[in-house]
Amino acid sequence: MRRRVGRLLARALLGPPPGRRRLPRPVRVALALLSAGALLFVLAAPSAGDRDRVLAQAPDADTERAPLPEDRAPLARTPATEADRRLVREGRRLFVDGCSTCHGFDARGIADRAPSLHGVGALAADFYLRTGRMPLEDPEDEPRRRKDSFYTAAQRQAIVAYVGSLGGPPIPVPHPERGRLSEGAHLFAVTCAGCHQIVARGGIAPHAVVPDLEGVKAIDVYEAIQIGPYVMPKFAYLTPAERDSIARYVLWTQDPTDLGGWGIGHIGPIPEGMVTLFIGLFALLFTIRAIGERTTE
Amino acid sequence: MSRQPGKVSTFLVAAVVRLLGKRGEKREQRERARERERQRELERRKGMSQDELDKLREEEQKGRPGVPPPARERDVGASGAVFGGVLLALLLATVAAAGFIVFYVAFPDTQLLGLCIGLALLFLGVASALAGKRLFPREEAVEERHDFGDEEKRAEIEGILEESVEGVSRRRVLTLAAGAAGATIGAAALMPVTSLGPSVGARIRQTQWSRGRRVVDEAGRPFRPEDVPIGAFRTGFPEGGKFDELDAPLILVRLPWDEIQVSDEFKRFMPDGVMAYSKICPHAGCAVSIYRHPLYEPTEPRPALVCPCHFSTFDVSRGGHLVFGPAGRDLPSLPLALNAAGELIAASGFTERVGPSYGGVRKGPDDQPLHRGEG
Repeated sequence: MRRRVGRLLARALLGPPPGRRRLPRPVRVALALLSAGALLFVLAAPSAGDRDRVLAQAPDADTERAPLPEDRAPLARTPATEADRRLVREGRRLFVDGCSTCHGFDARGIADRAPSLHGVGALAADFYLRTGRMPLEDPEDEPRRRKDSFYTAAQRQAIVAYVGSLGGPPIPVPHPERGRLSEGAHLFAVTCAGCHQIVARGGIAPHAVVPDLEGVKAIDVYEAIQIGPYVMPKFAYLTPAERDSIARYVLWTQDPTDLGGWGIGHIGPIPEGMVTLFIGLFALLFTIRAIGERTTE
Repeated sequence: MSRQPGKVSTFLVAAVVRLLGKRGEKREQRERARERERQRELERRKGMSQDELDKLREEEQKGRPGVPPPARERDVGASGAVFGGVLLALLLATVAAAGFIVFYVAFPDTQLLGLCIGLALLFLGVASALAGKRLFPREEAVEERHDFGDEEKRAEIEGILEESVEGVSRRRVLTLAAGAAGATIGAAALMPVTSLGPSVGARIRQTQWSRGRRVVDEAGRPFRPEDVPIGAFRTGFPEGGKFDELDAPLILVRLPWDEIQVSDEFKRFMPDGVMAYSKICPHAGCAVSIYRHPLYEPTEPRPALVCPCHFSTFDVSRGGHLVFGPAGRDLPSLPLALNAAGELIAASGFTERVGPSYGGVRKGPDDQPLHRGEG
């Protein structure tokens, strides 16, 4: 059956096999349009997985979702024990080695080169070091997320402990599982989507590259909201509950439900239009091929 | 494994040269074969008589043997079904165009309007195609190209033309239907004219903001200066207003005093350094939703509001001055004040027109920018 349909389509679109008559024109037109429609339908249909997830995400299910593992427990802010003090000393040593060229030996910053780290807290140190944004080669560069952190986890812990000992907020504990997805989507649209794009695939702002949020963790969202790294605004007015919602939405965007079918990378209407245009163009070309008639002369 | 681009590219070039060479060879072979064929044909014709040659030429002019002559002429009797189909298509075109007119007046939904006019044109096309292919007889007439004054011949041609129309029975019904479809579609195409006027007059300059109106957030809670921390941006609306109108949304930002580069006269309208701008970009009307705020100013780009559509960039420290992008003017700003309760209120209406620019938007005494940069 399938082979017969295939043969019929091939005959309609590419012409008859030698020695056979072409199909009547209305049949050819109908087949060409039908196959174009079928192609579009296949592309626009959500996958079975997405459909199931939408069914599972009835309004009630919004609040009950398996709790996500917590990214990290808070670090002690002031060195209390001998072990903590040793950690801070080790961090101080690494800091002098790797960071003091720009931030200064006392971490009070150097004018026109790098800011003071007094008061930024373990939160900022954790964010910049863990995501690989620091150390920077040139203080004029935009700090960007790198795949691998420059320091090992143990070294990071030491430097974070040292910077934390200079005062400032501790590493937060996110609870994205407590957040509400709909509220998160709304807040993200109002505060974040201007730069990060509504499905968090990033973009540009003049003089800055806006990172995509694929692969970030809930704690990164928390910390970035608090810090406002590079030219990102600080959204310090957001409550912890709102940050939970935003973090949950960001995690959702990493594997969104594609109700419209093929997501095309979720990078906006222009590629979507391009793809549709190309499909439409080829559909039209095949239609023209199918309905065209060679003149006898 | 070490890659050897030199070798690979050499191989590729060699392959291309070889392929092209082969193609060239084949072409040469073909041309040689054709030449041989022509020679043989000439030899053959040398031995023919004049009659045989004439016959051959006649055959050649008729076209290839075995191919039927093109079916140019067609004599179609007016079949009732085809006639009905054409009539139905014309009727549907009329109905769809009338639907466009009705929707335009009663319920101007662009999707319905598009559907209606699209269907009207589609049915008109179907009717024309059907009539042209199945209803009207087709005849091929060749008019000798000389002597335009030959009355007799002209009459003959005219007779043929008239005959071709006479082949269609119930011509008047068809003419009526086609006329109705054409007239309705024409009327539908003219409908947008009714959208012109009346003159908007001063209405276009009025906004929902006026002296004393409180600035509230989405939920209706009034803003205080401390709700707009330095480095953040908030979105404000007129209390009790229509939030989804172009003139309603504000973008609120705050800068430290030493970074604000406007004259003291205008700093009065920025309580605690909080300033309000229209959230609608004066270029194409997108929501200005990017706020670039440097964490460490000396090494990072200056603070600015940016429209995400075309990246028009407005310097907030200079009162929304346009520094980059296609917007033709500065971001309109709203002078702010504090009421007795310490909440943010509008000190007056917008000093410039909000929303996308249009002809003459920058003219007139009431369109002077409020904040003019000193530096």
